[in-house]
Amino acid sequence: MKISLRRIAMGAVATTAIGCATTTAHADATITIATVNNGDMVIMQGLSDRFEQSHPGIHLRWVVLEENTLRQRLTTDIATDAGQFDVLTIGNYDAPIWAKQGWLSPLDMPASYDVGDLLKPVRDGLTYKGQLYGLPFYAESAMTYYRSDLFRKAGLTMPAQPTYAEVRGFADRLTDKAHGIYGMCLRGKPGWGLNMATVTSMVHAFGGQWFDTAWRAQIDTPSWRQAVGYYVDILQKDGPPGATSNGFNENLALFAGGHCAMWIDATVAAGSLYDKKSSSVADSVAFAPMPTGSFTGGPTWLWSWNLAIPRTSHNQEAAKQFVAWATSKQYVQLVAQQKGWVAVPPGTRASTYASPEYKQAAPFAGFVVAAIDSSNPNGQTKAPRPATGAQFVAIPEFQGIGTQVGQIVASALAGQTSVEQALRRSQSVTDRTMRQAGYSASGAPSP
Amino acid sequence: MQQSRLKRVLILLAGWCVALLLFFPILWMVLTSFKTEIAAISTPPLLFFRPTLSAYAAVQAQSNYLHFALNSIVISVGGTVVALLLSIPAAYAMAFHPTRRTRGTLLWMLSTKMLPPVGVLVPIYLLFKTSGLLDTRIGLLGIYALMNLPITVWMLFTFFREMPHDILEAGRMDGAGTWGEVWHLLLPLTMPGVASTGLLSLILCWNEAFWSLNVTSVNAAPLTAFIASFSSPEGLFFAKLSAASTMAVAPILVFGWFSQRQLVRGLTFGAVK
Amino acid sequence: MSTVGATVPMADMTASQPAAERRARRRMLPLVAPAVGVLLVWMIVPLVLTLWFSVQRYNLLNPALHGFAGIENYQYLVTDPDFWASLVNTLVLVGAVLVVTVGGGTLLAVLFDQPFAGKGIARVLAISPFFVMPTVSALVWKNLMLHPIYGIAGFLWRLVGLSPVDWFATFPLASVIAIVSWEWLPFALLILLTAVQSLDHSQIEAARLDGASFVQQFRYIMLPHLSRAISVVIMIETIFLLTVFAEIFVTTSGGPGNATTNLAFLIYARALLQFDVGGASAGGMVAIVLANIVAFFLVRSIGRRMDI
Repeated sequence: MKISLRRIAMGAVATTAIGCATTTAHADATITIATVNNGDMVIMQGLSDRFEQSHPGIHLRWVVLEENTLRQRLTTDIATDAGQFDVLTIGNYDAPIWAKQGWLSPLDMPASYDVGDLLKPVRDGLTYKGQLYGLPFYAESAMTYYRSDLFRKAGLTMPAQPTYAEVRGFADRLTDKAHGIYGMCLRGKPGWGLNMATVTSMVHAFGGQWFDTAWRAQIDTPSWRQAVGYYVDILQKDGPPGATSNGFNENLALFAGGHCAMWIDATVAAGSLYDKKSSSVADSVAFAPMPTGSFTGGPTWLWSWNLAIPRTSHNQEAAKQFVAWATSKQYVQLVAQQKGWVAVPPGTRASTYASPEYKQAAPFAGFVVAAIDSSNPNGQTKAPRPATGAQFVAIPEFQGIGTQVGQIVASALAGQTSVEQALRRSQSVTDRTMRQAGYSASGAPSP
Repeated sequence: MQQSRLKRVLILLAGWCVALLLFFPILWMVLTSFKTEIAAISTPPLLFFRPTLSAYAAVQAQSNYLHFALNSIVISVGGTVVALLLSIPAAYAMAFHPTRRTRGTLLWMLSTKMLPPVGVLVPIYLLFKTSGLLDTRIGLLGIYALMNLPITVWMLFTFFREMPHDILEAGRMDGAGTWGEVWHLLLPLTMPGVASTGLLSLILCWNEAFWSLNVTSVNAAPLTAFIASFSSPEGLFFAKLSAASTMAVAPILVFGWFSQRQLVRGLTFGAVK
Repeated sequence: MSTVGATVPMADMTASQPAAERRARRRMLPLVAPAVGVLLVWMIVPLVLTLWFSVQRYNLLNPALHGFAGIENYQYLVTDPDFWASLVNTLVLVGAVLVVTVGGGTLLAVLFDQPFAGKGIARVLAISPFFVMPTVSALVWKNLMLHPIYGIAGFLWRLVGLSPVDWFATFPLASVIAIVSWEWLPFALLILLTAVQSLDHSQIEAARLDGASFVQQFRYIMLPHLSRAISVVIMIETIFLLTVFAEIFVTTSGGPGNATTNLAFLIYARALLQFDVGGASAGGMVAIVLANIVAFFLVRSIGRRMDI
């Protein structure tokens, strides 16, 4: 009922606005925004009546879904040209792929929007053939969270740039299962954007990659055995029980509840871990960069949630106004005013990181921007690779492959298969899917 | 005497233990919905705590419960009514004038229910798109009616078959046509059965979570879509999830409690007797 | 109620003269036609489209890849180890839940047939899980009951000094079976209870006076009386259990590995994770065949007992 009341109120405001000042006569447009149920988006939804006030004639309707359901919903809708949505929330994985299919409208932003202020790696991830197709709402890289109190008690110091080997030693020392303290929390829940984000980034650090330049899967290789072996071993010895059902949220809850000594995951968690209202370890959480392995300087981790407009939308202009509003500098200011600086959407704009208030409210800001700057999503792995992407492979088939391999890795983590077997199966599953999708051994997709 | 009292106490204990055990997850969900997020994940779990409505407030601030609930009611009731309207004549014909094909038809109908709906999602989505049924109540209502049709036809068939033929014969002598026969004789006599069929269909519609998520977005989204926006958000979510779940389940649960006698009475009348 | 006996002359109706039957069929056609008609359309149109897609290369995310695929999609399906695992999982899931709910339901029905204080309320509580939507039950079981750290099960385990079990990783299929059984046990209880209550209690009394043990009373009087109700439970539950999806989607996403992938989930993964409509449609066709096989056996074994 709230929505319709608000809409009536807005309607009244709109009519008076038109009645008083006969300037631009806005056609009434209702735009449907599809988004994920993450904290920053919930804030956006909450503040959106400000947008409706400043843009009379544009009404907003919200479809908020959990990430997987949202992606399947949007893909079905767009691929069938059904046009149910005007603004989409998509990842930097989806954006270039969808742009390539011609599903998204290009976004030419006015100078006042200041595209140059968007962090370069993030902006590059949304660009296809020199044209921007999505605007970043928030972006993240990954880092190591740890509990300074536990480190102090055990007489340990986190180095400025830890390695995976060092981290392993710390985890063994800090695990205290009797008191519900687990040395290392990592994503274990199967999914291309869940456990495989962690695993892919580790594989890169251990000198491995998904495909060689002829699109042959490179999973049954020593670097994968090392990386997955490390991952399974550390989680089985020092991880929390139920690791195979832990994704980002579950680990966040575990760390916030004081159950993890270390956690390597998305930088976006810093805000809530630092917030006393949602975290019982706000005083003792500390940060370090992501650990490194034998191959440094390769792609690490870069994810962004972005707003984009589908070609099928009938309200392109209104949708564009909303997208620009929600990713603008002014929106960052608005969140800072209303919810405090620590709650502003991170990782998108240089101006946010230049703000002294933000630096003061968010001591992790420096780590985050450094991690994003060095995420190197388009960089090379140890051996050359055919596609880009930091913790994913930027081809449409990766969702399916990543999820299947994710399942197999989870079964190794659950102790149902050995790492050896798991990698052999993953290799054959991946080769099969690539063959079915028409990637011939010669290189490019055949059709 | 001694032994029988012991037996009675044992039965009392066993009956209540089973009931509480089966009900416990629901009870725990309701309790958790009144906790703060921090209290909801405390270990060991808290049985006693200071109840708060903060989770409900957070849920309501994020999405408009009444809109979803209203859709659930309209679509479930509508779907059930349409299913009953289609299946009453069919079940009547099958029960009172069976042919060699009746049995086959009935089982074919039931077999259509054994297909995973996701297999036909893309075809249906395309059909809905071309006919403008996406995100409409009428579209989802139609799917629900069709989805439950096999079950309602079959249940009504078993109820109708229990009716002695001579009663309807008598009616026919009085010159009642086929429709009169159904409306004035059959339905009043089999009301408990028809009611329990409707109840079952209503419950199945309310709880359906595949089509409701995939062919709606805003206008027609029912409570299952409401739940999908709380199923695993960022941050701590157990209390909010419990609150949203409680809100989604409460109407049908309370309805179920009040109508379960009716459900039982109907079932006694036909299918299982 | 029992005076309204099951004396419908089915046999003589079906055996009657062809002419009379033709006449009856003509007269009844307008009544049956709407229901059968819409169901046929609902069935045939997607069926034809599914059949068509199943021989096409059709991936939502890769429109460049299209054209006639012949039996390629089926080849990829049957050579996929997950496919055979999913068939086995489907059957195990259906079978296990049927055993648990019919067995448990019968015992509970007998229990709830006995008089005890507060029986009405206890019964209402016991059947409540049936009204809860599958998504919610799965979420509650996953997060509040079986979660190894916050869940009640983990708490109880620690209470007796055991280290908590990660149910969905260690016993994935059994956990899913447990959740689905929890949802359907009340249904079985409800149906079987009505059947038990309609039993002529003087018969049991007589048997008891003749010295029959409780087991004997149960085996020779109760069970035969319940056979039709049990058939109803098996029939309806089978229909729904073959397409169990929400519980798996929410808890295990078909894993770890393929431990909980049933046919419905496999098709979902093809259609909405890989967006391979061709492959998913091939899976859909297999599901149709499976449904018909199961329906056939249901007719043979159960349909007859319910004298459809």
